[in-house]
Amino acid sequence: MTKVAKGTWVEIERILLKPEERAPNLPEETRKCSYVLRISGFLQADAEIGAEVTVKSLIGHEHKGVLKVVNPSYGHSFGTTVPELLTIGSEGK
Amino acid sequence: MRDMSYAAVMARKNEIMKASMGMDYNDFIQSPIAFDYERMMRETGYGLEDIVRIQTETKVGHTPLYELTRLTEEVRKFAGTGKGATILVKDEAANASGSFKARRASISAFEARKKGYKGLAAATSGNYGAAVASQAAMRGLKCIILQEVFDSRGIGQPEIVEKSRACEAYGAEVQRLSVGPELFYQLLMTLENTGFFNASLYTPFGIKGVETLGVEVAEQVRQRYGKNPEAVVITHAGGGNLTGTARGLLAAGCDKTRVVACSVDLGGLHMASDTDFNRKSFTTGHTGFGVPFATWPDRVDVPRNAARSLRYMDEYQLVTQGEVFYVTELLTKLEGLERGPAGNTSLTAAVTLARQMDRDQVVVVQETEYTGAGKHHNRQLSFARENGIEVRVGDPKDNVPGKAIVIPERLEQVRGKVQDMDKLRLSYLKNAAKAHPVEQWTEGDYAFLAADLKKDVAWVKSAIAGIEKN
Repeated sequence: MTKVAKGTWVEIERILLKPEERAPNLPEETRKCSYVLRISGFLQADAEIGAEVTVKSLIGHEHKGVLKVVNPSYGHSFGTTVPELLTIGSEGK
Repeated sequence: MRDMSYAAVMARKNEIMKASMGMDYNDFIQSPIAFDYERMMRETGYGLEDIVRIQTETKVGHTPLYELTRLTEEVRKFAGTGKGATILVKDEAANASGSFKARRASISAFEARKKGYKGLAAATSGNYGAAVASQAAMRGLKCIILQEVFDSRGIGQPEIVEKSRACEAYGAEVQRLSVGPELFYQLLMTLENTGFFNASLYTPFGIKGVETLGVEVAEQVRQRYGKNPEAVVITHAGGGNLTGTARGLLAAGCDKTRVVACSVDLGGLHMASDTDFNRKSFTTGHTGFGVPFATWPDRVDVPRNAARSLRYMDEYQLVTQGEVFYVTELLTKLEGLERGPAGNTSLTAAVTLARQMDRDQVVVVQETEYTGAGKHHNRQLSFARENGIEVRVGDPKDNVPGKAIVIPERLEQVRGKVQDMDKLRLSYLKNAAKAHPVEQWTEGDYAFLAADLKKDVAWVKSAIAGIEKN
């Protein structure tokens, strides 16, 4: 596996609560899942994907977790075109 | 080492809150239900003039009020003779960070700075996170935003993913969490570990910050139309937008203005459900928050909620997801404004109200918000399709939350639906009875409940007697 260099912007994941540790009164489909945190930060030492690491967030706070993503990016978009919207408001033009 | 289990952290709630806000709610609490609301609001130490000054320093307020002439014309085409009120919109997207939430965050950021906190933390998946991050940036404070973003498949709601981006853009640390109410647990741990200020949505600071919005609406309408607005429509979720705006309207002398709440109807979807999470096309401004927060405000991350919507609400309109998407598209095409879902929810109700109101009256939609990748209605509809929701054109009465989104064929089909206010009030009283047994209620409790429900004590007594009998 390739090493990710110290200082790289990465995303880590950490399980905060296992299913049996979660809040009471959750719906069944939620209760069976772990409660999970994802956070981005600068990697504090060389590591491989899947390793337990420490990152420093944008405000300089340290967080521990499993290294998941190198250079995490925002992929959200305007989505594929919904044709039903195109004709709204154009009637009579 | 402190116990970090769910139960142990929740049990330390009160001490964590006290340290993270520099205020003790015990000074105001009178019983398990009653507290001195007005004194709590007064003792923030900020008057309206102070708030205007603080907000002007950080690019908040003085937003334009626009008349939606073409949309009003369209409504008049099918409204009855003499009907079709003028629709106005307050362009709150012009605030720093793109929504009215900048008003709500501004005083907390100022207060945190004044009291010497190093940073602010808030649990919010909406515009409020971006607002806190933006205000913190301007005040030189650190900021942590905790968001409920993704389901167990790891898929993020696109609108909330956009909020993650916005918060990081303003330099905040963003803690992205899976579905569940434990967001509050993680907030408590974060406040305890960092010593940051709790920029909760529901503090007196948050609500006082919104009062300027009501005052501006009153002043702008009076200046242009020479009278107070007949109705103001407010998208309703946690209740802060409605409470703050209504208090501002009252402070400006608009005591006859109808305060109308509006939420998107998401009846049938469970807010803590991992599988329902991405079957919603609205992340806030919906009944999943609007109804529970109206009928029991004290379910929040502070001991007593300063946002108490039933105190001020005259009417509650529901709209469907499809109706809001249709009106969003019309706002763009007819009025040249591309705006996000929050304000467009109340704009949708304004169409229904304008149709019923007289032509010489005005109805104000008191906010807009920015839109863009993730938030845009095209993305929400394409995301719904990807998640197996049927999207089609037809009669909006066929909308089924989580199953079908029906986009109206024409504006005339946008009709919304009225919620029964007394049913909400009775539900509130049932919750109050759970919090504190009725036989222990004092005259002080009755007076508090009456004020909280915009009713008199006799009404409360008769209503609770009716509930007890059943």
